[in-house]
Amino acid sequence: MKILVTIKRVVDYNVRVRVKPDGSGVETEGVKMSINPFDEIALEEALRIKERGEAEEVIVTSIGGNEVQQQLRTGLAMGADRAIQVETDQPVQPLTAARILLKLVEKEQPGIVFLGKQAIDDDCNQTGQMLAALWGRPQATFASKVELADGKATVTREVDAGLEVNEVDLPAVMTSDLRLNEPRFVKLPDIMKAKRKPLETLALADLGAEPAADLVATAYEPPPKRGGGKLVASVAELIGELKNKGLL
Amino acid sequence: MAKVLIIGEHDGHNLNPATAKTVQGASGLHIDDVDVVLFGSDLDAVAAQAAAVAGVQRVLTVTHDDFAHPLAARIAPEIAAMAGDYSHILTGSTTLGKDLLPRAAALIGVNQVSDIMEVLDARTFKRPIYAGNAIVTVQVPEGAPVVGTIRTASFAAAGEGGSAEIVAAEARAEDPGHTRFVRVEGGGGDGPDLASADIVISGGRALGSSDNFAVIHSLAKKMGAAVGASRAAVDAGYVPNELQVGQTGKIIAPDLYFAIGISGAIQHLTGIKDAGTIVAINKDAEAPIFEIADFGLVGDLFEIVPELEKAL
Ligand SMILES: Cc1cc2nc3c(=O)[nH]c(=O)nc-3n(C[C@H](O)[C@H](O)[C@H](O)COP(=O)(O)OP(=O)(O)OC[C@H]3O[C@@H](n4cnc5c(N)ncnc54)[C@H](O)[C@@H]3O)c2cc1C
Ligand SMILES: Cc1cc2nc3c(=O)[nH]c(=O)nc-3n(C[C@H](O)[C@H](O)[C@H](O)COP(=O)(O)OP(=O)(O)OC[C@H]3O[C@@H](n4cnc5c(N)ncnc54)[C@H](O)[C@@H]3O)c2cc1C
Repeated sequence: MKILVTIKRVVDYNVRVRVKPDGSGVETEGVKMSINPFDEIALEEALRIKERGEAEEVIVTSIGGNEVQQQLRTGLAMGADRAIQVETDQPVQPLTAARILLKLVEKEQPGIVFLGKQAIDDDCNQTGQMLAALWGRPQATFASKVELADGKATVTREVDAGLEVNEVDLPAVMTSDLRLNEPRFVKLPDIMKAKRKPLETLALADLGAEPAADLVATAYEPPPKRGGGKLVASVAELIGELKNKGLL
Repeated sequence: MAKVLIIGEHDGHNLNPATAKTVQGASGLHIDDVDVVLFGSDLDAVAAQAAAVAGVQRVLTVTHDDFAHPLAARIAPEIAAMAGDYSHILTGSTTLGKDLLPRAAALIGVNQVSDIMEVLDARTFKRPIYAGNAIVTVQVPEGAPVVGTIRTASFAAAGEGGSAEIVAAEARAEDPGHTRFVRVEGGGGDGPDLASADIVISGGRALGSSDNFAVIHSLAKKMGAAVGASRAAVDAGYVPNELQVGQTGKIIAPDLYFAIGISGAIQHLTGIKDAGTIVAINKDAEAPIFEIADFGLVGDLFEIVPELEKAL
């Protein structure tokens, strides 16, 4: 079985993103970029499945310009066997991303496609579900535990009510939640080794995925600021303030 | 054809408050024709509740054993089959809404607008990106229905007093047979629901253990509050995952929020930006939580929290 893991290049989660003064977007120039943390978790899970002998190959893929090769190399250094860049200089929105991934799925025939539950830049939380719909296969989203047996996966999912367990037939789409695992650290020799692993680049046009009508972003603005508060010196003062506001 | 379809959420007994909030969010579209569709195996009780939500014209009940537990793979094709009759298809941004609606959107062939926080007009919306560090205004292209999730923390629940017609509808799709519900664990705590509570008391890594978390539970009980937590507290196993507040947990808007022993990481703050009043208790006067707290108290939580509970 092959596992296909998607990797999105995003602004590192430690960066405090700012809206450009003219409202045309967010400042990403010179900002540290990383693998979307959820995708790192998805990759870690795929690697563990392979290390248990339940999969033969882990492929990482990213849709984007040549800069995404950096994140794909990191994925290879973590342990993926090969990488596929789908090259485009345009940002792709979730439905288009899902249509592109479907083409890759048809080509590679993976048993599992593992995505992050959301990308931390656009926070859309859509791509995995959309891919599953187009593929006509199960989706096990927000996974915090994955067990495989007999062509099926038993997946524990983080939902509002607690933990929901679903059983899905393979092939299936899965999306990772934070508590699925803790990704490994990449060691220097692995980075060297990753340089020799195959990284294939496909032109978006060659895949023949039809782009979807995009949502159009017309303005960006910073979020409303919360008025600065004040420090209180004691529990009694705190209770007084809350009573004043009618909260107690 | 301006007509809104809202996918209602329920547990078989009660309508989830997210549904009335979605109805409220949809009111900004200024479209009078609003249907709520419910999928379930026994819908009498929840249909009556949905019919009472002000602003709803019709409640469509699709009753089938397949819907005893909502599965996105089963329900999404139902929504896609109904889509032709509607200009807008909405649901709350709960975990069910997030799981289900993108699957339906892909079948319909449209991108989804996730986490709508403001409706500017029938096709223009504001939504948060980058963990709420920026707000983007997005326009949905003409020619296809608007499919979106409503960020429930941005809207109050629509009132009661409605008297919608309840109409039984047939399931139109088949069970794809590849996805099965097994069980759900957790939940069922005795306090109020975290997502809709008026007061929420959250504890962080500083609590140190699930035993120590008792000081938070005890204060919450005294105040009739729901208990929440930071990711660090959940990861460490002090409390179950459904109590996590933040970018990847629950986004909440209580009237009063206590952040106790929580540093105030951006991912946590995302979850509480819409809280009415934020109180922070932290021993580090430099903790970022104090930058957004309305009232801050610097000191050891293990002294302050019991003192607070006693003084109330
Ligand atoms: C209105 C609008 C305007 C935009 N404008 C711009 C812009 O001007 N510039 C810009 O750079 N971006 C822009 N974007 C962002 C870009 O289009 C997003 O990548 C897209 O919306 C996908 O959202 P997401 O990554 O949050 O998806 P999610 O559904 O949250 O992603 C879930 C998972 O899907 C996978 N995935 C998603 N995208 C990729 C990818 N490209 N490669 C590999 N895996 C992937 C990852 O595993 C990820 O964890 C815009 C988005 C919107 C909605
Ligand atoms: C992709 C991603 C998503 C994330 N999503 C979320 C999310 O949804 N929700 C979330 O919460 N986090 C999330 N995080 C994690 C977040 O970045 C922080 O790591 C986390 O919120 C820290 O939790 P904390 O404040 O409890 O712990 P810490 O940052 O360790 O803070 C503990 C605080 O307690 C104080 N303290 C210690 N002892 C005492 C005492 N005796 N009395 C009083 N104060 C004391 C300390 O001064 C400190 O400020 C996410 C991270 C990533 C990368």
